[in-house]
Amino acid sequence: MTRIVVTGMGMITAIGKDTGENLESLKSRRHGIGPLSLLDTIHKDELLAAEIKLTNDELAAMSGIADGERYTRTSLLGLIAASQAYESGIAKYGKTDNTKTAVVSTTTVGGMDKTEKHYRDFLESSKYSHFVYTHDCSDSTRQICDHLGIRHINSTLSTACSSSINAILIAAKMIKHGLADRIIAGGTDALSKFTLNGFNTLMILDKEHCRPLDASRTGLNLGEGAAYIVLESEASAKKDNKEIFCEISGYANANDAYHQTASSPDGYGPYLAMKEALEVSGLKPSQIDYINAHGTGTDNNDLTEGLAIEKIFAPDIPPVSSTKPYTGHTLAAAGVVDAIYSILSIQQQLIFPNLNFSKKIEELSFEPVRELKQAKVDHVLTNSFGFGGNDSSLVLSKY
Amino acid sequence: MEAYIRGIGNISPQHSWDNILFPGEVVRYEGNRLKCIEPDYKAYIKPIQMRRMGRILKMGVSAAGKCLRDASVDMPDAIIMGTGLGMQSDTEKFLTAILDNDEKFLTPTSFIQSTHNTVGAHIAVMLKCNKYNFTYVNDNLSFEGALLDSMMRLSDDPSEKILLAGIDEITDSYFTITKNAGFWKEDIPDNLGLLNHAGSGSIAGEGASFFIVTGEAHPDNYARFAGIDSFYKPESDKEIDDFITAFLAKRNLSLDDIDLVITGINGDPGWDSGYFRLQDTLFKGKTLAYYKHLCGEYYTSSSFASWLAAGILKTQSCPEAILLNNSKVNKPLRNILIYNHLRNTNHALILLSAC
Amino acid sequence: MEELIQKLKEEIIEVLNLEEMEPGEIDPDAPLFGEGLGLDSIDALELIVLLEKNYGIKIEDPKDGRKIFFSLRTMAEYITEHQK
Repeated sequence: MTRIVVTGMGMITAIGKDTGENLESLKSRRHGIGPLSLLDTIHKDELLAAEIKLTNDELAAMSGIADGERYTRTSLLGLIAASQAYESGIAKYGKTDNTKTAVVSTTTVGGMDKTEKHYRDFLESSKYSHFVYTHDCSDSTRQICDHLGIRHINSTLSTACSSSINAILIAAKMIKHGLADRIIAGGTDALSKFTLNGFNTLMILDKEHCRPLDASRTGLNLGEGAAYIVLESEASAKKDNKEIFCEISGYANANDAYHQTASSPDGYGPYLAMKEALEVSGLKPSQIDYINAHGTGTDNNDLTEGLAIEKIFAPDIPPVSSTKPYTGHTLAAAGVVDAIYSILSIQQQLIFPNLNFSKKIEELSFEPVRELKQAKVDHVLTNSFGFGGNDSSLVLSKY
Repeated sequence: MEAYIRGIGNISPQHSWDNILFPGEVVRYEGNRLKCIEPDYKAYIKPIQMRRMGRILKMGVSAAGKCLRDASVDMPDAIIMGTGLGMQSDTEKFLTAILDNDEKFLTPTSFIQSTHNTVGAHIAVMLKCNKYNFTYVNDNLSFEGALLDSMMRLSDDPSEKILLAGIDEITDSYFTITKNAGFWKEDIPDNLGLLNHAGSGSIAGEGASFFIVTGEAHPDNYARFAGIDSFYKPESDKEIDDFITAFLAKRNLSLDDIDLVITGINGDPGWDSGYFRLQDTLFKGKTLAYYKHLCGEYYTSSSFASWLAAGILKTQSCPEAILLNNSKVNKPLRNILIYNHLRNTNHALILLSAC
Repeated sequence: MEELIQKLKEEIIEVLNLEEMEPGEIDPDAPLFGEGLGLDSIDALELIVLLEKNYGIKIEDPKDGRKIFFSLRTMAEYITEHQK
């Protein structure tokens, strides 16, 4: 049985330009939610979000790109995080043969930030037609391949808010099947008017700082970001004497098959995803030391996720927290943002707090972790759920 | 890794709905845009469900329904979709509303349906299917990604029955946008004369090709997917040649074993030159075909080509209309290689073999 | 009131794409959600926007929708009470 390990990681979110900065923010309760200043929207004064306070030019400069204006923000964020992952898991070990290095990336709206600016132009002339090519979800994937010089398999998937956790799932399988030696997998999404207004029409945006797993929660805050990890087989990592950050011990995807946006009342899809991920890992529920919840802060998600957690873990529910109050909901990136936080949790033997908690949800028996906590963390379960009833869970284990 | 095709449901610009194995008489379209011949959706979708569905969703849900019936499968073990553009019409609807009303008075329906995994999600809700549900959105490799995923699953558990599809629609707006960007040929009389038109660009198309694939042999299987691979931005002709020969060698085959090569020729001289080079070199003497004059160019057109290939292998006959330069078809037809690339960026090979 | 109910029927058929339905088929006192017409939470959000756009009435908490949109008659009563 091939064991799959993580040897590299990179990320950019509203709480940090790299993994180290993210860790420092997590430890010092420094969140990234605030007023919007870069996104051009009429909701600026009314909606909060976790915006990365760097312009596209600044992001381009970070990735060494001269003509940043031609790139979508989604691609720029993706390039930064994927490059960090590549550097930490591949490049720093010297010359690597990339003939069997693959890229599996995800996004929910792709190049929408440019499309929504130039949509009228697209319909009238060819002036901004170069952004017609960057509209598709695959654009950021190709930019990453070009930037890192990768010409082996590339893949892009989009399963709404669970996208990037599914990238890890499929990447792990590809390695097990010998289709690639190492894979850079993750997701990227920039804030756009499209998503901000979309979630706003669903009336699930909290106008204040979000309060996941709290009785008073009224919705989520959107965020933006990108996060990628490098996966490879244990044998491949050992051959190159690589530092192994963790093992990917379990994963599963299930479908709630209930409604396009709402979860089933008892969280059946989330329950299946967690149960099957645990089965794949061969671990008992009691061996899980920490659950990094999807915990968006919406009425529906937190209740149904909580009920599903209880169904598997009660009465001994491990420490649970949602880190969305730090980063906002970063959509396609969220799964890998949370996966990296889970890896940091294992590395640091720390459980990160669920900010803004004050009152337990009546229907649930447990409260989330409120303070940063030193603890034995060998196995972490992390959840990511999305529209279309798409539910995925990942089990990460200390190597 | 292999995947037997047990069921088919196909909506395309050809008469593929009733003739599930063959296009029958080829449909001629004037101009540079081919539209799907749509079935009567009412047989597959209840009115209360239909009311929010855009065209691509109706196509997807009906093709899925037909495919499941064809395979006598009630509940698939996985739903794996490939779509280059996803829910373009709902995306346009919501985006236009944002722009027209300056972000005011917006309603959620088109937004929630704009999510790329909407087709797979709706099928899951309709079937109450709690299983694995993935959607690949990777340019001209969207169907290929879904196929690769399916084949890996079947290699792990051959008993699974997976609903696999390639689906894309071309909306009026997206047609205009891509026309402005120079994607489509100007002044082309009809689709059947695709290769006689020297101008740049192709013709626009769309389709929904659904398959039930399984790892188990059965007399009702149509054909089997025997391989899939892709290659990004080859730097030389030799790299392309090596990619093709290595792909076959990995499956213990050589070009001698390939009875038909279906190419992604789309009428754009700049991009087609790569296929024509192979016609005179690596593919010399091979029976060559093309298909985009039948379905148009779209991101998941290789799913239409796969459907064509499955029909050819099952019936052991090849429609004249797809053959290049009056090639002769030798029988039996055992192996068909589909080679498609888009703008010389992502190159993909799909191998289909007779059962 | 009856006039408003009639107008609402037409508006609802339009915004909820109930193309197959005739205004006469909707019973003003039957539940719009669940067992009645079969509408769901997304429809409720559509109706909230309808109230704001066509009647200038803003509903802040989507949970209030369940009561207001119980039937066409409750909806019409709410509009009559709250319209300025």
